[in-house]
Amino acid sequence: MRIPCPYCGPRDSSEFAYHGDAAPRRPADGDAAAMATYVYLRDNPAGPMEELWYHAYGCRSWLVVCRDTRDHTITGAKPVATHGATA
Amino acid sequence: MRYSLLSLVSHALGGNRDWKPAWRDATPQPSYDVIVIGGGGHGLSTAYYLARDYGIANVAVLERGWIGGGNVGRNTTIVRSNYLLPGNIPLYELSMQLWEGLEQDINYNAMVSQRGVLNLYHSDGQRDAYARRGNAMRLHGIDAELLDKEGVRRLYPFLNFDQARFPIQGGLLQRRGGTVRHDAVAWGYARAASDRGVDIVQNCAVTGFLREGGRITGVETNRGAIRAKKVAMAVAGSSSEVAAMAGLRLPIESHVLQAFVSEGLKPIIPGVITFGAGHFYISQSDKGGLVFGGDIDGYNSYAQRGNLPVVEDVCEGGMALMPAIGRARLLRSWGGVVDMSMDGSPIIDRTPMDGLYLNAGWCYGGFKATPGSGTVFAHLIARDEPHPAATALTLDRFAQGRVIDEKGQGAQPNLH
Repeated sequence: MRIPCPYCGPRDSSEFAYHGDAAPRRPADGDAAAMATYVYLRDNPAGPMEELWYHAYGCRSWLVVCRDTRDHTITGAKPVATHGATA
Repeated sequence: MRYSLLSLVSHALGGNRDWKPAWRDATPQPSYDVIVIGGGGHGLSTAYYLARDYGIANVAVLERGWIGGGNVGRNTTIVRSNYLLPGNIPLYELSMQLWEGLEQDINYNAMVSQRGVLNLYHSDGQRDAYARRGNAMRLHGIDAELLDKEGVRRLYPFLNFDQARFPIQGGLLQRRGGTVRHDAVAWGYARAASDRGVDIVQNCAVTGFLREGGRITGVETNRGAIRAKKVAMAVAGSSSEVAAMAGLRLPIESHVLQAFVSEGLKPIIPGVITFGAGHFYISQSDKGGLVFGGDIDGYNSYAQRGNLPVVEDVCEGGMALMPAIGRARLLRSWGGVVDMSMDGSPIIDRTPMDGLYLNAGWCYGGFKATPGSGTVFAHLIARDEPHPAATALTLDRFAQGRVIDEKGQGAQPNLH
């Protein structure tokens, strides 16, 4: 599996660390129920999914990668800053 | 038909021509008392214990594929009860005790082999952690022995004891642990449940839930709607997908776990060994193949096959532990999709939907729990209260802050 890093080009996935679903957004402090949902609950789709990958052995950028969880087809990777995800 | 030495001999003399199928391949009826979604080990054992212990035999087990085609036939067949935390220990020990009497109970040869499970340690800190784990086990009445280096050497002289980076200092041994032939577990439970009146329906995929008010009253399938008083999910690997049909989100990610088997060799590894400095575990099947595995691939996956970096990582673990393994050729590898829960422990609980019960989140450890999982899940379904051995495995433990995190990794499923 190769991930098309926007800075380094296509690189082997073993250069990256995985941080899961990019969709959850950290809620405001103080809302315990929303925080539990953010920390623990996941859609876990069988199909295309936006997820966080960190190019640990490369440019050390956080990326949002769109990958199909059924066959690992990767349709895009962009810097996390342009996506608004929170790690 | 009851299997016995007499039945074996008489069929052999008859040329083995008139064996009957071991279970009925049923067509679904319009309604049941209980529907179990998922005809894996846990679904089949749940149906069996519902019929045996709670007198509920009007049960259907709905399997999307075929019996034995999912994770019950994809694991590395290891059984053990060497857990640390009080929320987990009673369930796995219940399961271990049920393995010990399983073959007599279901009249089926599952090749239960208590050949011992040894977890190696390679540092002082790891020794202390294993001593603590062994003490926790013994406090719960489970056998555990802490071996020093010489104790391990007496059992397995061929291991790489003086490896420069990860020398073997000793190991924690559970002699009652071992292996069980996994296909026979699926077939044996299917046969035992079928004999008690349970309908096992293959090629029957659930596509939705029937609801009345806030209550689940059955399922939609590719073979029509089936009504039931209670619906139970035992679909680890696909729990999120099925739960989503009922509008539930779960604290679970699906990941792929690979397993490997070498060409057949003469007996060399008498028990089960796990490497403590990486993630690698190995045993030898009765057919002679070395059966081994390691880490999950590390990212969400519904593909029942894995990628090469983990193949390399697992084989490196094997070479570090036991260099002789390098002379054996790899015969097959495969993958199974597992529910990785947010704390690494399973969930056996009612759901917020009345009439819907959940058995999920087994991570790496579903196979060893098969008899115990079925027993406690059947209790929950029949009595609407948790079995005493599974009171902590609730769905709301995450929101409540009562997680059961054996590895202490936090809500990062790919690290459990």
